[in-house]
Order: sequence, then C-alpha cells, then structure tokens
Amino acid sequence: MTAHDTAPGLDFTPAPGAAPFWRMVAAQAAAELRAMLRNGEQLLLTLIIPVLLLTGFSLAPLIDVGGGRRVDFLVPGVLALAVMSTAFTGQAIATGFERRYGVLKRLGATPLSRSGLMLAKTSAVVGVEIIQAAVIVAVGLALGWRPHGSFLGAALLILLGTAAFSGLGLLMAGTLRAEATLAGANLVYLVLLGAGGVLFPLTKFPDGLRSALELLPISALTGGLRAVLTQGAALPLVPLSVLAAWAVLSLALVSRTFRWE
Amino acid sequence: MDSPAVEIVDLVKRYGGATAVDGLTLRADRGAVTAVLGPNGAGKTSTIEICEGFRTADSGTVRVLGLDPRTPALRPRVGVMLQAGGVPPAMRCAEWLQLSARFHARPLPPRALLERLGLAEHARTPFRRLSGGQQQRLSLAAAVVGRPELVFLDEPTAGLDPQARHACWDLVGELRAAGVSVVLTTHHMDEAERLSDHVVIIDKGRVVAEGSPATLTGAERQLRFRARPGLALEELLNALPTGSAAKESPTGHYIIEGQVGPELLATVTAWCAAEGVTTDDLSIERRTLEDVFLELTGRELR
Repeated sequence: MTAHDTAPGLDFTPAPGAAPFWRMVAAQAAAELRAMLRNGEQLLLTLIIPVLLLTGFSLAPLIDVGGGRRVDFLVPGVLALAVMSTAFTGQAIATGFERRYGVLKRLGATPLSRSGLMLAKTSAVVGVEIIQAAVIVAVGLALGWRPHGSFLGAALLILLGTAAFSGLGLLMAGTLRAEATLAGANLVYLVLLGAGGVLFPLTKFPDGLRSALELLPISALTGGLRAVLTQGAALPLVPLSVLAAWAVLSLALVSRTFRWE
Repeated sequence: MDSPAVEIVDLVKRYGGATAVDGLTLRADRGAVTAVLGPNGAGKTSTIEICEGFRTADSGTVRVLGLDPRTPALRPRVGVMLQAGGVPPAMRCAEWLQLSARFHARPLPPRALLERLGLAEHARTPFRRLSGGQQQRLSLAAAVVGRPELVFLDEPTAGLDPQARHACWDLVGELRAAGVSVVLTTHHMDEAERLSDHVVIIDKGRVVAEGSPATLTGAERQLRFRARPGLALEELLNALPTGSAAKESPTGHYIIEGQVGPELLATVTAWCAAEGVTTDDLSIERRTLEDVFLELTGRELR
C-alpha cells in the first residue's frame, strides 16, 4: 500500500447516508429524461413519426375519417399514439436494455428504492409526454385544429393511458430478453397504430371485430380523447374504465413477474 | 465496531442442480481489506452477490455490518462494484458519477474523484466509448462516491493495464487508511498478497485456507534456480540435510525447500559445479501466495 497522498477534497472517511427520497427520484428522473431526449431512435418514435403522420394525413386526403375535418379527427389520435410510443414502446425497449446491461441491478445497490426508480421512470415518461403534447397541439393548431372539451378530461385519459401502457411495456421488459422486447414492442406499436383508431376510424372495421378492437387500450385512448376534444364530452366513462382495467391488470402482473436481472 | 463487516456461516447456494457455494464460512473484519481468492467458478461472485443483497442464500447465515444483506438501510452504507456493466451505455462518465453522488447525503465531490482516477478528460465520454479499464475505474468511483463504511469490489482490476491496476491498489490503500472495510474478489495472487490483511482461498464453494498473506505463505523460504532439464534430484537430495525437498516444476525450473540458508546454498552450488551444471536466476525467496494457491486448488485448467 503506497499512496496516502489524498487529493484535496477526497476524504474517504466513512460518512454514509441516503439523500432525501425526492432528491434521489428527481436526479434519476432527470437522468432518464436526458437519456430519452438524447436517443435518436426514441425521438423518431415519440416526436417525428407522430408529427409527420399528423401533418401528412391532415394535408393530403388519403384517409376517410368518416365526416368532419381531418385535422380534428387526427389530433386526438396522434396524441394517443404519442402516449403509446413513449409509455409503451420507448419505455419497454429502454427498460429491457437496462435490465440486460445490469443497470437495474446496479441501481438496486444504491439508496434509490425500487418504488423510487419506478416513480422516476414515470416522471420522465410524463415529462416527455408534456413535450410531445405541446408540439402536437402546436402543429395541430397551425393546421387549423379547433379543440373542444375539457383539459382535465383529456389529462385524466392521458394519465390512465400512461399507466396502462407503462404496465404493458414493463411487463414485456421485465420478462422477455431485451431483443425480444425490442422486436415485440415495435410490432405491437405497428399493429395498434393500424388497428386502434389512430388514423383509421374503427367504424371501417366489421362490427364483431370492432367491438373487440374497442377494448384495446389504444382504442380506448383515441376514442376517449376524440370524445373529449372533438365532441366536447366531459368524462367518457367507457374509455376511462377500459384504460383503468388495463392499468390495474398490467401493473399487478408487473409487480408479480418483473425480473430485475 | 461491534459486528464484523461480513460474517458468513455455512452458506449454501445452488443453481438448479449445481452447487456454487457449499457450506462456506468466513469473516471479514471492520477496517480491514479481505481478499476472496479462488479459481473461476469457485463461488466468489455468488458469495459476494449474496452479501450485496442481489441473491438469496439457500441456507446458512450471512450478516453484513450485523444486518441481513437485503436490509434497505444497508444500501447507503455499502458501496458495490459489479464485475462488469451496470451503467447505461449512452450515459456520460461524469453524469453517472454525479447521479450516483446524488443518491447520497454526504458524497465525495465527483469532479475530484474523476480526477483522482484519471477520468477527468473523459468526463463527457459515453460509457460505451470508454476503454475496459476506464469503465472499471468509473464503476470503482461509483462504488466509493457515497462514502460507504464497506465496499465490495468484484474483480476490481480485471482487464486493467498496469497503471490502472496500481491506481486501483492505491485507492484501496487509501480506503483502508480512512477506516473503510473492503471485501474484494480476485484471482491475481499479487493483488491479494499486496493489498489484503486477510486472504480467504475458496475452491468448489468452500474455504480451503485463510489467514494473513504472511501466515499463508509461511516463514519457509525456497531456493529457486533454472538449469538444464532433468537434473538427478535424488543425488542432490543425498547431499542435502534430511527434511529438504527438491522438485522440478515446471521443466527446467528447480525449487529446493528446507533449511534454506548459506549452508544449503553452498551445498547446492557445489553439487551443481561438480555436475557441470550452470545455474541461472538463482534466488532465495519466500513461498508466494501463488504457490499456496496452486497447491490447494490444483494445477488443472477448468
């Protein structure tokens, strides 16, 4: 043992102690938010694709939205897509790889508790959603969107949608291999984009299929947001209940099955 | 300083049918550096990961600072360095250390710690672009940034170049001087010999020997030399005092054990001269921990 030439400011004398809970959560949430905003593929998924879909399909008469103005139909759908891309696809892939790289394991050895980590992840997801919503609303308004309805109703739908999609995303990330999560989360994203009323109204599907599709979390979110923002409904109870059921079911499964390593 | 840093009694850990840890008992004192030494697959990492709270024991008791290893209250008191990974690949070096520091009440200044470990110029480099040695040093920094009472270092110098190894050894020395308890695993004998107060050699999930490096290597000294292979050692032994031992291991390398002193040295050189044998690198040495280790765990590769 040689050097005792402690550099200034480096006193290794034990002085352990956890930081206050909120400081730990805020630090972790800020790190997660930075990581999400820095990741090019994530930005493509969470911002660029939704904005391109909104702009393209609003301007070009490629889809039949079943009466009404295209932009009024599209903004709620694209908002729902944005929530799904961040809370489900992005979070599933990021968490799956964090698990693979031992990051979740390593964080488990820090004073940040698992509930603190989950809270931080949720805060980062909500942070990205706020940015997405601001951009989508701005683009929508520029394209002539005329919103109706209550902000609170929309916020409540988005919150429950976030919980449901986070639960589904973490369910994949916590049980599958990272590569399987990557492939599966993208596949589910594409299927739900096509079959969840984001761009194509569910009325285009045959009746039997349609009632099944309406039980999907993405359809509940698009349908609910459309009811509030386009038709001015106060609290669309059916979509809210569907989303709440998905949230409860998936988060309960996550708490039973999630593997940290 | 009531309870030991780590106390393990009769620990058993199985994975499916394989027994990784098979009735292991060991104690690491507070304020000391304890090295857990063993070949690959000896059960080192399993043991350490149970102490870190990542895995649970199948049977036996494990106490870390007197507490169950899974107790949340231990997290701020114990620093952990995993064998590999644990950092998001895109996370920048300084960001990871700052984040780790933010989890603690009285952390070391991350900047100074980065400088101390030679990482300051890589502060903005993403983890995946750091060299293996730089990644190891960052993990080491994150293990100590919260000023823990006890640190677990799982193969801290694996893959490090000589400079980085020495930097790591110096840091362990400083931790010890500051009163931090250190438990590390390694398969570098020189590392265990140089750093630790207490060495625990484990093999096949059990402790095969333990003690200070000095007690393990013993007071006995050896005479070593190189010469042409195939010397008639029985003849040499006849010339030596009874109780001496001579072996050729590996080929062309000779080791004489017994009352190693000027007399024995004179006898050996005289015998070699009479036989017309030229000796190279003739030296009197203490047994190394490597000798002890190979004696105990065998030479076969696994």
